Amino acid sequence: MFLINCPYCGERDQQEFKAGGEAHIERPKQPTELSDDEWAEYLFMRKNIKGVQFERWNHAHGCRKWFNMARDTSNDEIKAIYKMGEKPPTQ
Amino acid sequence: MSQNLRVKSSEFIDETNRISFKFDGKTYYGFKGDTLASALIANNVHLVGRSFKYHRPRGIMTSGSEEPNAIVQVNPNSNITEPNARATEIEIYEGLEASSQNCWPSVNFDIGGINNFLAPLFPAGFYYKTFMWPKSFWEKYEFFIRHSAGLGKSPNTRDPDIYDHRNIHCDVLVVGAGISGILAAKNAAKNNFKTLLLDEKNELGGSTIFDGNEDNKINHNSAAEWLKKEINELKNIKNLEIKTRTSVAAYHQYNYLLARENLTDHLVKKDKKNKIRQRLLKIRAKKVILATGALERPLVFNNNDRPGIMLSSAIKKYSNFYGVACGTKNIFFTNNDSAYESALSLHNKGIKVEAIIDIRENSDAKIIKKINDAGIKIYWAHTIVDTRGYKRLSGVSIMKLSNDGTSVTGSKISISCNCLGIAGGWTPAVHLYTQSGSKLTFDEERKIFIPIADTKEQISVGSCGGDFELDEIIKNLNYKLKNFLNINKTDFEGITLENDHETSKRNIWLLPSDQTIGKTKPFVDYQNDATAKDIKLALREGFRSIEHVKRYTTTGMGTDQGKLGNMHALGIIADTAGVKMGELGTTTFRPPYTPLTFGTIVGRNVGEFFDTFRRTPMNDWHIKNKAKFENVGQWKRSWYYPKEGETMHQAVQRESKAARKSAGILDASTLGKIDIQGSDASEFLNRVYTNAWSKLAIGKCRYGLMLNEDGMVYDDGVTTRLGENHYIMTTTTGGAANVLGKLEDYLQTEWPELDVYLTSVTDHFATASLCGPNSKKILNKIIPDLDLSDDNFPHMSFKEVLIDKIKCRIMRISFTGELSYEINAPASYGEAIWQKCIEAGKEFNITPYGTETMHLLRAEKGFIIVGQDTDGTMTPIDLQMDWIVSKKKYDFIGKRSLYRSDTMREDRKQLVGLLTEDPNIVLEEGAQIVSELNQKPVEMLGHVTSSYFSPNLNKSIALAVVKDGKNMMGRKLFVPMENKNISVTVANTVFYDEKNERLNA
Ligand SMILES: [Zn+2]
Repeated sequence: MFLINCPYCGERDQQEFKAGGEAHIERPKQPTELSDDEWAEYLFMRKNIKGVQFERWNHAHGCRKWFNMARDTSNDEIKAIYKMGEKPPTQ
Repeated sequence: MSQNLRVKSSEFIDETNRISFKFDGKTYYGFKGDTLASALIANNVHLVGRSFKYHRPRGIMTSGSEEPNAIVQVNPNSNITEPNARATEIEIYEGLEASSQNCWPSVNFDIGGINNFLAPLFPAGFYYKTFMWPKSFWEKYEFFIRHSAGLGKSPNTRDPDIYDHRNIHCDVLVVGAGISGILAAKNAAKNNFKTLLLDEKNELGGSTIFDGNEDNKINHNSAAEWLKKEINELKNIKNLEIKTRTSVAAYHQYNYLLARENLTDHLVKKDKKNKIRQRLLKIRAKKVILATGALERPLVFNNNDRPGIMLSSAIKKYSNFYGVACGTKNIFFTNNDSAYESALSLHNKGIKVEAIIDIRENSDAKIIKKINDAGIKIYWAHTIVDTRGYKRLSGVSIMKLSNDGTSVTGSKISISCNCLGIAGGWTPAVHLYTQSGSKLTFDEERKIFIPIADTKEQISVGSCGGDFELDEIIKNLNYKLKNFLNINKTDFEGITLENDHETSKRNIWLLPSDQTIGKTKPFVDYQNDATAKDIKLALREGFRSIEHVKRYTTTGMGTDQGKLGNMHALGIIADTAGVKMGELGTTTFRPPYTPLTFGTIVGRNVGEFFDTFRRTPMNDWHIKNKAKFENVGQWKRSWYYPKEGETMHQAVQRESKAARKSAGILDASTLGKIDIQGSDASEFLNRVYTNAWSKLAIGKCRYGLMLNEDGMVYDDGVTTRLGENHYIMTTTTGGAANVLGKLEDYLQTEWPELDVYLTSVTDHFATASLCGPNSKKILNKIIPDLDLSDDNFPHMSFKEVLIDKIKCRIMRISFTGELSYEINAPASYGEAIWQKCIEAGKEFNITPYGTETMHLLRAEKGFIIVGQDTDGTMTPIDLQMDWIVSKKKYDFIGKRSLYRSDTMREDRKQLVGLLTEDPNIVLEEGAQIVSELNQKPVEMLGHVTSSYFSPNLNKSIALAVVKDGKNMMGRKLFVPMENKNISVTVANTVFYDEKNERLNA
């Protein structure tokens, strides 16, 4: 059970949060211009890596805000938490 | 019966408090402070169970939670009996009843015992192999397996006890109250850390307080006496909470631990009453100190499982702590010095020790001299090759070990005994450490897995960290604590320590016998009856991974998770396969460390607290009017309102007819309601719904369909424009929370530039839906001032009005196809408004109807219910709702997916109507649909999604999804059921009032 540092509320128990899958997948601005393959890439393809993964989290039972997390999936270490719209940390 | 094996009074046992208890129907006596195991041993009872597979007689083996054999049924004759309790953990109390498990008809005469002689039939992988054999064989085995497998019997009524949960936040959590844990907790608390100390036993002090070895000295005093003083000081320390009888079950990431606190199991029945039995502690600790100690290893040799064969350390605890001798003629069998301490403890109490058999060549520890002085014979470099005695050990045969330890030589010596203490060394209890996600390393020299490294949040101290000798433990503890807590000094720094040191080592995972291995039974996992032979067979059959061998042989898969035998299993695999143990890795230890009751896990969330109920403001009226309720998500919704003697079918048919003939009223308060405001509200709706919203006039309503980005229907509902920048959206009852979540997600992450604010107002409004040709007249009686003409208040429009000074929103919208008005009142006035409608409707025979009638009426009109007629694979096109998908809009959620090659396929499953050839047959929802009856295998074209008998059409109607359904109008298909094939015809989805004339009736 993680202890997650919501950028708006502070440290809270994982049970207050909802995981929202991979982060930094932007919805295409002009979907109609995309081929089936390109659209499928956006719609279905998600990474599942061992190591640092960037993912979306929502403080569902709290402030209801979405934010991003960099998490090492091999040991569940939360490397960074940052707001929507902010760039992922490079390290 | 006399307790003839009490050997001395013990400070931990209250001999003035005699307690009677029953085991296997027989009455025995023990004392306050005894466990069931110590009290049975005091009564010379060792045989307490039968083994799982071979039904071999088994005795008490340990004194703690690692016990593999003494698994008992508590209160066996009660219907709230509890299985799988460990006799070594049950504290006896007046009136306790327990019985052996896994034996029939009794522990002394067990029919399954014949399995012992059929052993060649039960090799490794027995269960897997029987599954593979011809089917006809399986039927024979099944009967047999079902009767012999399984441990204990489950209770058959509701658990009457109270369980509880508690959240705890602390700075430092110390797990285990042995010498390391006590010193760690004391120093943490003294340095202002809010500290919690837990131990699974009822006494603090671990093994040190009954150590009995006078050579272990702290400050020139015995270590036990010194520690007792330390324990006494604990109660004066602030910031320190101590919980005994509390075992940590799980250690999750971020120092989140679950522990079970046992509060009343040791009390007599009348003191248990109305008290919390067990409490689950949910602990979030800033720092965790693991001081979980070590478990003694058995030795693996031929017939090492007879009752009377016990761990050497357990014999010491029974003698020193409980004052009980485990046998009158004792032998110890060891590969290290610790057995000598146990032997000496017994000898000093006048209990006979026949011999010590040591696989080592020699040892120069000080204690050896004392054993020699006591006249106890030591057999160096010998091993036990066999044991005797069926229900109780009666003797052992020993032989000299060869130099390489793989065989035996010389002549066989036979020694009689009734108790054998085995000492195979120590395994650090790293279970919790690994559960936390931390990694182990293997110390090849000492043959132990130890924690790789301490962190800022967690350390392992004492023997769980690999320190076994007193001076080493204290020295490292001092160093580690100072670093971990960032303090300059501990209060035990500088104490003087004296203790014996072990110098000589020899480890043999599988001890040889004079017989071939095929004829021996060297048990590795006692609880699952897995032998070294099974492990070797698994390797011969090609298994290599430890995880595979574990599952194939079931080694380590019992309720004790192989706490005793796992290391031997690894060692035997490594030796046989010729690899290093460190390279083999270890199996994963999973929570719980010791089993938890279901009661502890669910805590207070039972009965009416199992889940939250949501009730509408009109709930009391529904109850008064005898409504039957159904659960829709967490909501309790009126299902139907049966009159005296009516069946559900009769009630629904009556309600449905009344709603179309005159007037009906439905409580629609549960529909999700989202208030949408902001200058971009219209644009936002354009993006989330498939149809266009910009041109919707203020005061008008529109039905919308919401898709997922994959093009599949997600939710639907009517949205009303209340003002220029203000809308109220309704969602399905079950989808409300998810829809709000999804909309917020898009607003926050994809379209942060939009000026839109969403607020859930589901609970703010109560909704009474008036329906039927007389609804206009009823509404007119309630609000005479409002012009209800079609010109002023047309279908799909909205008015805000005052009813008895209460501001209400009325939408003229319809889910039944009838003229309908939805009156939304502030929730607290919901029942009053409802009551007013009922009063006004009396002269029109207004009929309250529930969800069942609502479903029937909408099905007559072919209106879908998202989640019933759709299942996440239906596009609007599949639903034949092309009309609602805007072609002009550039984009909306899911639009692009409607043009994928797969979603554009013509032969997708599509929503159609079905009419049965016999109009009286009502199809079953979920029934499959086929076109050919004789085809094998028959192709399933789809299934029935909604089905009713329509009283207004006087025939059965159904909605279904059928492959290529659009092109099947009028086709005859079949619904094959168990006893008959039902003929059906594909029809239009709208069965009633296709021209929507009744909306303006
Ligand atoms: Zn928050």
